[in-house]
Amino acid sequence: MILTIARKELKLLFVSPLAWTFLALIQLMLTWVFLGRLDAFLELQSQFMQIANPPGATEVIIVPVFAVASLVLLMATPLFTMRLMAEEWRNHTMTLLISAPISMTAIVLGKFLGLLIFFLLVTLLAVMLSLSLLVGGTMDLGLLLSNAIGLLLLAACFVSVGLYISSLTSHPAIAAVGTLGVLLALWIADIVASDAGSVIQNFSLLRHYESLNRGLIDSFSLVFLVLFIVTFLILTIRRLDGERLHG
Amino acid sequence: MNDFPNVTISAYNLSRSFGRHIAVHRVDLELKRGEVLGLLGPNGAGKSTTMQMLTGNLAPTSGSVQICGIDLLKNPREAKRHIGYLPENPPLYKELTVDEYLQFAARLHHIDLSRIDSVLTEVKQRCGLSNIGKRLISTLSKGYQQRVGIAQAIIHQPEVIILDEPSVGLDPNQIREIRILIRELGKSSSVLLSTHILSELESVCDRVQIMNQGIMVFNAALAELKQKNLSLERIFEQFTLRNENTGN
Repeated sequence: MILTIARKELKLLFVSPLAWTFLALIQLMLTWVFLGRLDAFLELQSQFMQIANPPGATEVIIVPVFAVASLVLLMATPLFTMRLMAEEWRNHTMTLLISAPISMTAIVLGKFLGLLIFFLLVTLLAVMLSLSLLVGGTMDLGLLLSNAIGLLLLAACFVSVGLYISSLTSHPAIAAVGTLGVLLALWIADIVASDAGSVIQNFSLLRHYESLNRGLIDSFSLVFLVLFIVTFLILTIRRLDGERLHG
Repeated sequence: MNDFPNVTISAYNLSRSFGRHIAVHRVDLELKRGEVLGLLGPNGAGKSTTMQMLTGNLAPTSGSVQICGIDLLKNPREAKRHIGYLPENPPLYKELTVDEYLQFAARLHHIDLSRIDSVLTEVKQRCGLSNIGKRLISTLSKGYQQRVGIAQAIIHQPEVIILDEPSVGLDPNQIREIRILIRELGKSSSVLLSTHILSELESVCDRVQIMNQGIMVFNAALAELKQKNLSLERIFEQFTLRNENTGN
């Protein structure tokens, strides 16, 4: 049942030009960054030779590409999550899902999974772009894997927040603005806390992503991101149940 | 016989309030197999709210609902298998084609993948949608959209079919077709429909219940009324107007 809902979400996504335009644009941007960094790497290569432990191509080229990808996702996710629930409320299609013999959990997980598969596609595009480096030499596949896992987890966090906020309103635009606001706040939580050891820093999503971005698979970061996702999914399910109870 | 009890919907003491406003108050409703029940009432009488509660879209403040002997509140997933519901606003994904939409509806109702094609052909033929399977729902007229909504409600051959104003937006020919369809559905399943149109009720329903201001004020078999030579219009006026006066 979760798959049926996920399939429907993907179908609705790909009949609209939004998904295709986004895929094209993000690929264009990532390639731009990729080529820019590649250029810089080639220029600096002779100087790298003189350092004892020089950074590799993966570190110089791929890490910035994924850092940019995370920012693009932060800006774009609200556009995709806004319609997940809000539009179902507005078009009265939620009735179809609620009247069907499926649980609220299946509805929420299906929607989450559907959008996550889309972002998996985005991650795969970035990974394929990175793998093209193999044509000209070797690369650090472990670092690439850590980046890919990080990007996907980050996207999952964004989607779960967006899904929850979308379930609070029947206006997609409000859902989009709300999600963007929350995501930006979670992003700059890093900057707000001036001293290094502050607790607030732990809530910054991008800070956890950065460690994965650098190739450091920190179990604290992984647990934080997964708990973050689960929390917002549970909130969404409770919200759907609440709508039925309090209407 | 245990698997197919004769009473398909039994709701007792159903109440629902929104804040301090009581939308439905202590409504009893019983529907037997092969019966078409018409729910009649002025605007805002609580018909749609009652239907939402019977389909699990809205939790009642108090009362119980059983669908084919299964408690809707305790075992919603099992109970909802037996319900087909067309809400007031047909729940359509307008970006999809009719076929895609009905396929999704069929999957939602656990229809086997191998049977989906034949089920789709049958339901489209029943609702007069055979030639427009490839069209986008957004390009269809209101009447056809309404038919897609009905198709969605009966695709899994439910034992209880709940239709909220099924003939809204249809032209006279389509209304006649829909009435024939409802009569046909009423033979194998039980149908609960709400309407404002008295003639529609008289032509398709076996029994009528009138609601006013959230209270069930009248319940009788149509054959009985005919026998006593009572006109439905008079009864409707009597029960809804009187209550409005005393209510104020």
